[in-house]
Amino acid sequence: MSDIIRRDPRAEWIMRNRLHPLHDQYMSQEEGGEVRGPSGLIRKFPHKVGFIGPNGIKRIDRLKGNSSAPKGKRSAAAQEVQLPLHKVENPDYYIMVVPDMVGGRLTGHDKDILGLAHKLIAEQGGNGAVVAVCFGEVKEEHFDTAGVDRVLHIEGEVFEGYAPEARVQALAKVEAQYTVKHWLFPDSIHGGCDLASRLAARLGERPATQAWQVNAEQTVSRGASASLDITRKTPKILMLLEECADAIDETRHEATPMTLDEVSVSAATIKDKGLMAVDPNAIPMAEAEFILSAGNGIHNWDQFHEAAKVLGATEGASRVAVDDGFMPRSRQVGATGTWVTARVYVAVGISGAIQHMQGIGQVDKVVAINTDAGCDMVKRAALSVIGDSEEILAELMKLAAEHKQTSLSDQAEENSNAA
Amino acid sequence: MPHKVISLISVGRHPQSGRSRRADQDSRAVELGLKLAGTDLDVVHAGNSEEPVLRQYAGMGLPKVTVLEQTESADALPALSSYLKAQQADIVLTGVRAESGESSGMMPYLLSEQLGWPIVARVADIVEIKDGEAQVLLALPRGQRRQVTVKLPFIASVDNAAQAARQSAFGPGLRAKMATQSGSTEDDSVRVNWSEAPAKARPKRLKVVKAKTAADRFKAATAKPQGGSGKVMKNETAQEKAQAIFDLLIEEKVIR
Ligand SMILES: Cc1cc2nc3c(=O)[nH]c(=O)nc-3n(C[C@H](O)[C@H](O)[C@H](O)COP(=O)(O)OP(=O)(O)OC[C@H]3O[C@@H](n4cnc5c(N)ncnc54)[C@H](O)[C@@H]3O)c2cc1C
Repeated sequence: MSDIIRRDPRAEWIMRNRLHPLHDQYMSQEEGGEVRGPSGLIRKFPHKVGFIGPNGIKRIDRLKGNSSAPKGKRSAAAQEVQLPLHKVENPDYYIMVVPDMVGGRLTGHDKDILGLAHKLIAEQGGNGAVVAVCFGEVKEEHFDTAGVDRVLHIEGEVFEGYAPEARVQALAKVEAQYTVKHWLFPDSIHGGCDLASRLAARLGERPATQAWQVNAEQTVSRGASASLDITRKTPKILMLLEECADAIDETRHEATPMTLDEVSVSAATIKDKGLMAVDPNAIPMAEAEFILSAGNGIHNWDQFHEAAKVLGATEGASRVAVDDGFMPRSRQVGATGTWVTARVYVAVGISGAIQHMQGIGQVDKVVAINTDAGCDMVKRAALSVIGDSEEILAELMKLAAEHKQTSLSDQAEENSNAA
Repeated sequence: MPHKVISLISVGRHPQSGRSRRADQDSRAVELGLKLAGTDLDVVHAGNSEEPVLRQYAGMGLPKVTVLEQTESADALPALSSYLKAQQADIVLTGVRAESGESSGMMPYLLSEQLGWPIVARVADIVEIKDGEAQVLLALPRGQRRQVTVKLPFIASVDNAAQAARQSAFGPGLRAKMATQSGSTEDDSVRVNWSEAPAKARPKRLKVVKAKTAADRFKAATAKPQGGSGKVMKNETAQEKAQAIFDLLIEEKVIR
């Protein structure tokens, strides 16, 4: 159903024509219609004018039947717009983008680079396709709208986890199998820069690092700890800074899968032993991934600290909790505290004052635990739980302890199976 | 047998004043080298032996600094790789990116490719070396650490998360010996064709509204960025509520 208000010329015509047999019927539908007094004058009954709107306020419709579209035709849900499909058949060359895929999804940085790849194809001409080369677990569902023509998902146990050596061998294989015009990597600490440097060394190409202005001929990149702009011919391998181009937003792409021949991976000299357990409170709060934050709604502080420990969360606090002396100043989140970038932020007993909200602007998922369902934090949160903080934290701790037990026993089982 | 550890150093650049200084990551590499090898650490610089910044490194307690003497435009790679091969190093420590020059961070990778040694990037610490294998901690984003083991010999680039460098003492730095050898004479031929200029401020990205109708533009200008609020749980038991939160934490992988 469309959102557009449609006129009904027939209804308008009937309403203008007092002699029409259906005139009365149409007029009675229209509130505040014409009423003629005994002398033939048009009379208005002021109390009948208008109607009561959904918010209880009286509204007067002065369109006089020009909006006589049947009621209920206007659907609230906007129609999903189908973007035009960009098709590439039998491409002459490929531009390989190796996204970071933090958490299995394309980051904003990755999307900018996909946009740049399309810009390069448009400038160079020819029939080029943009390929996203992914390793490990892929959770992304919107490759098509991010501008990916082909997806090359390189699967296999050797490529899982931290395996830069195996991955670079696979990329070298891609280079041998396909006609690759450019390799684009995000210049990031999520591994993009590492992989790009390895590939560049392997292929003997001189890459442009920290590139931020790229076209088909020229690349401007930063050097000397970002105090220098180096202009050079656009090389084959590029490591790009954030916001190097605009992401794709007006087209849809095929995102058809591609295949790679079997890669023979030599034994790794670097062996991954997994992530270390780090003390969550030793991580700088601005960088912490998971924050449990306390406000004025916390009454049992020992329990709160215990909960943060059990869940493995970095502690945060609102200003009130800090001013009252329950938490150190360095833990304050908000305008006058730290601006956090956590992926998950659990706000326990925090009302969501604007000064606090500023500090959590970049947080992905907010969880609110509060007794007041109408507070601003609940409006911001992806999941809100209305209830007493002490009770819910106690239940959460129980669950976390159970989870630890089961995962420990699972591990023990695996070990005994392996032995 | 003690291991042969070599730290590579370069001339840094102070981020505000632009003066040359000891580079942050390189000095951390020297610190890590001192932890592993004590004063047996070999510290190598390819460039000018008259450079005063080398004295700042030497002031960290080094009896001598090895300098592969070469001009500024010469490529440091051949000199360093032949030196490392000749010295039979076990561990080579570098910074992630230099603070002057191209600062591409490619040097350790190119060395690794030429020598055929593995490279581990962004090292926070080297915990122990045993049976020809080193246990290394890598610095990941968000303060996380990954533990890996790597066979000797290897190259490691040291992250800012590593132990900060000790203070440099002026007098001992002046007294340290500069052991010079001749470096390479090959010029970096690619770089000659580049043009370099002081960095321009990058334009901030503007929020461009691509609305087709006036109504859409109006909506984009006035609507609050806030989306609809999420799920609200009111009448469930405390246990169910906690379970919902816990499921979200597991799904987001913040609890392992
Ligand atoms: C210049 C200036 C700068 C500021 N800077 C900051 C800043 O940087 N950071 C900051 O945080 N604040 C800052 N503030 C203060 C800010 O305006 C608010 O006063 C403060 O954030 C409120 O903290 P709160 O949400 O913890 O407390 P309250 O507003 O008192 O909220 C407590 C919440 O807990 C709930 N609650 C109560 N009991 C329970 C229970 N048993 N279980 C569950 N929930 C419960 C209540 O429903 C309420 O929503 C600043 C203020 C000013 C004027």
